[in-house]
Amino acid sequence: MSTVTYREAMRQAIREALIGDDRVFLMGEDVGRYGGCYAVSLGLLEEFGPERIRDTPLSESAFVGAGIGAALGGMRPIVEIMTVNFSLLALDQIVNSAATMLYMSGGQFNVPLVIRMTTGAGRQLAAQHSHSLECWYAHVPGLRVLAPATLEDARGMLMPALEDPDPVLIFEHGGLYNTEGELADEAGPVDITSAAVRRSGDDVTIVAFGGTLRTALGAAEHLAADGVGAEVVDLRCLRPLDTATIVESVAHTHRAVVVDEGWRTGSLSAEVSARIVEEAFYDLDSPVARVCSAEVPMPYAKQLEDAALPQVSDVVDAVQKLGA
Amino acid sequence: MSKTAGRAAGVEVDRARTSENEHLVRLLRQMLRIRRFEERCVELYSHSAIRGFLHLGIGEEACAVGVIEALQPDDAVVATYREHGHILARGVSMRATMAELEGKVEGCSHGRGGSMHLFDATTRFYGGNAIVGGGLPLAVGLALADHLQGRQRVTVCFFGDGAVAEGEFHESMNLAALWQLPVLFCCENNLYAMGTALELTESETDLSLKASSYRMPSWKVDGMDVVAVEDAALHAVEVVRTGGGPHFLELRTYRFRAHSMYDPDRYRDKAEIEEWKKRDPIPTLVERLTTSGALADDALERLEADIKAEVDDAVAFAEAGTDEAVEDLHRFVTSEPIQGRASQ
Repeated sequence: MSTVTYREAMRQAIREALIGDDRVFLMGEDVGRYGGCYAVSLGLLEEFGPERIRDTPLSESAFVGAGIGAALGGMRPIVEIMTVNFSLLALDQIVNSAATMLYMSGGQFNVPLVIRMTTGAGRQLAAQHSHSLECWYAHVPGLRVLAPATLEDARGMLMPALEDPDPVLIFEHGGLYNTEGELADEAGPVDITSAAVRRSGDDVTIVAFGGTLRTALGAAEHLAADGVGAEVVDLRCLRPLDTATIVESVAHTHRAVVVDEGWRTGSLSAEVSARIVEEAFYDLDSPVARVCSAEVPMPYAKQLEDAALPQVSDVVDAVQKLGA
Repeated sequence: MSKTAGRAAGVEVDRARTSENEHLVRLLRQMLRIRRFEERCVELYSHSAIRGFLHLGIGEEACAVGVIEALQPDDAVVATYREHGHILARGVSMRATMAELEGKVEGCSHGRGGSMHLFDATTRFYGGNAIVGGGLPLAVGLALADHLQGRQRVTVCFFGDGAVAEGEFHESMNLAALWQLPVLFCCENNLYAMGTALELTESETDLSLKASSYRMPSWKVDGMDVVAVEDAALHAVEVVRTGGGPHFLELRTYRFRAHSMYDPDRYRDKAEIEEWKKRDPIPTLVERLTTSGALADDALERLEADIKAEVDDAVAFAEAGTDEAVEDLHRFVTSEPIQGRASQ
């Protein structure tokens, strides 16, 4: 075992991919000389050179589209976008090209591309660097959308994502990069198709993903002190959703709270709630509850940002209101 | 120089001339195939055999034919939604193309794309892109893959004058030039972005200057003259292939028909259209070949008859084609494990 940060786990994964496959290269804004805006790729330029660690101009649409083209041309690109907010400048390429190419070519052209980007709030970066728009991408057929919330997933999701013949988006919550913990030295590829039960319990299911997994686990800890057993389900793969794991948990606990850093309206929490209602309605002892971000552009001031984001106490309150 | 040598040299010249004439007839044949194919598309559209948006390139055939004739088989083509001519010039059969327009499984995109999304892996034809400007980043990426793998291949990217106003055009031109990638950008400037004239959309209407501002060599080419287009493309493709970085051709052309079958064409002066029709690339080449004696009296008739037979056959093939089972609706959203993949 070694003590590593989430950032280092991600870097290990990229490094391993670069060593293992000549077709892999990393491309994005400031991934090389600067070392990555969140320092994920620090040191990789020196090790792999500028052809494989490619600094790009501030041209999200062109370099994401070039990633698609390079994937079509036989490469296995990893494209880094600084934040999900900036990815909107490449939305055309991701939604209109990467996600559609296989289908509209009748199965001829698959796009083996991995796009990594930072998401989420909590660092007082205000309204253009803090949003959680994962659900926009999770809406789109043809994409696989991943949200590594643990060190194991930060280390292990990239390799299977690169092996996927189709486009994969990896959302890294900015608040997780400094998370430190023990990681097995032999840690490697993980499954990228299913949700995971991170804590078992009998009284309520708390569904979370990415940055909200910590919140959910924190709430479960509080609830345990009050004698309430919360089962925490980490979605991990936001598209396609692993409905079976969620339903199985709810069938056991009979109550569900969904925690989502996105806005409530049209969110992943809405999708998860709908699936619970569709597939586990008669198992429920109470309505499904949701804890989401306030429907405001993210504010700068600390107390306002905290108030806008799902907190442990909000989740505990939501569970208690269900009568668990 | 001995007599023998002189005679041999003369034979060479004759051969070269014959071969050049044969080549010009080939260019004519390709343009005529596209023209007659698209004219038949209009009929089929009126009978509802073809639906959706149908954008015809009638009048612009010299651009597709001239450029694509300059390519090697393993080069790549990225085109727009007005791409019937390009895929036919690239060597995809009329049968597969017509079957696609009729939405049949035998179509070049399995009936999933239609007129705007023609694809073909075997000829490296990457669409059929219906987002204006959206194909340019893809072309840059295809060229990047060739660069990284040390392959001497060229990616040709077609787009219209409308795309020049898009951010993706500028981002892609910059990236291709910055990284000196093997892309030939071909702007088919037909003077209208759908219904809006170039001077109403561009502060600088000399489009080749845009390329120059990215330090990319650029030429203005008469897009109504297939020989001029081919000459320019041959030169550019050679330089691009041998490490000269991206190049830009502005092909000045004109579409004789409306933007799509839905377009009443209210924004163009009829006299302007008639004026451009005098420069129709097909009669222009026919006249040149007839004058030089390269096209015998009945040769054009025979060519037309051959092409009519090919179009008839393609329509019959498409109409006898298979409607995909509705049960297969979800196929190709994601890759199938055993499916042959083209992204090599």
